[in-house]
Amino acid sequence: MFGAACLGLLVVMAVALVRAFAGPSVYDRILAVNMFGTKTVLFIAVYGFFTGRPDFLDIALVYTLINFVGVVAVLRFVEKMIDPKDPSPATENRKEQA
Amino acid sequence: MFSYLRSLSIGLLVFWLLLSGYWDNGLLLLLGVLSMLLVVYLAGRIERYYPLRSLANPRTLLRLPAYWAWLFVEVVKSNIDVARRIWFPRRYPISPVLEQVPMTQTTRLGRTIYANSITLTPGTISVRIMPDSKLLVHALTHQGMDDLKAGEMDRRVTAMGEQ
Amino acid sequence: MTLIIDGLTAIFLALGVFLAFTGALGTLRFPDLYTRLHASSITDTLASFMILFGLMLQAGLTLISVKLLLIFLFLWYTSPASSHALIRAAYLNRLPARLIRRPNKETPPSKP
Repeated sequence: MFGAACLGLLVVMAVALVRAFAGPSVYDRILAVNMFGTKTVLFIAVYGFFTGRPDFLDIALVYTLINFVGVVAVLRFVEKMIDPKDPSPATENRKEQA
Repeated sequence: MFSYLRSLSIGLLVFWLLLSGYWDNGLLLLLGVLSMLLVVYLAGRIERYYPLRSLANPRTLLRLPAYWAWLFVEVVKSNIDVARRIWFPRRYPISPVLEQVPMTQTTRLGRTIYANSITLTPGTISVRIMPDSKLLVHALTHQGMDDLKAGEMDRRVTAMGEQ
Repeated sequence: MTLIIDGLTAIFLALGVFLAFTGALGTLRFPDLYTRLHASSITDTLASFMILFGLMLQAGLTLISVKLLLIFLFLWYTSPASSHALIRAAYLNRLPARLIRRPNKETPPSKP
């Protein structure tokens, strides 16, 4: 049962990696990596039960927080690209594609 | 009276006890107290520069579990909706929309809870706070945006912050 | 008794993996970043709940369950924050969004 769940989660992680490699913009890649991290947390938890050593949960717990901090850190880095001269009054029409 | 730092230190101690699982090992308890003091010191330094203006009043904390239960049901419902649209895109097409939604919360805490709840529910994501206490929201479907604009969630979050 | 709990765990794990796969499939199928974020929040919310709850059933009332609950709480607290940070950064950098206009021009009636 746990082994099957592990295999399923590995498949899901592979699909998330496809988006990370294919993603046209840098945000798609960050999104995919974030999802990959969440899946890793779940995978570690299930794998701990699979091998009968639930001590792995501590690693999963830390991985949750590191995943969050990592995504926010990468986003701080990416946000530097925002143009400060145009503080984005942001009408929706400008962004529309036909 | 529970100040911010005092409740933080109690919470951190409980956290350490739950995570370590050794409740009678003197060395581990001492290390726990030391790391708790270090974290509270750092939090106090942050508090001096970026003070937390509005702490939740006890009534809000008491109302929180009921709100969580309601929010959980909402999350499940919208999960089913979005999953349906992923598997059968022809029968259930998506119609993305980006609109401003009014919010009636006044405190920073209430606004944070509202925006976080919107983002937690699949199908709607809060993008940023606009002037006149409005929230820019991206929704997966027109239906989801209309449901949000009906204001059920907004009303509940505002009612939770009342004295 | 253990048979029932094992069966429930199997059901929850299967549902969780199915939902996670749904979310990953959604990130492949949806047209742009803004809609893909909705798909990824499926895996962050309900899929993680299903899997962690299935494991909690196995662990029973122990410290292991408390740790699983903590993982669940951290995931549900951090996932909205990171997706909000992501969509905000993308919006401020003017990533084009594919939107669909409402069929009629008038805005829907909003109840007070």
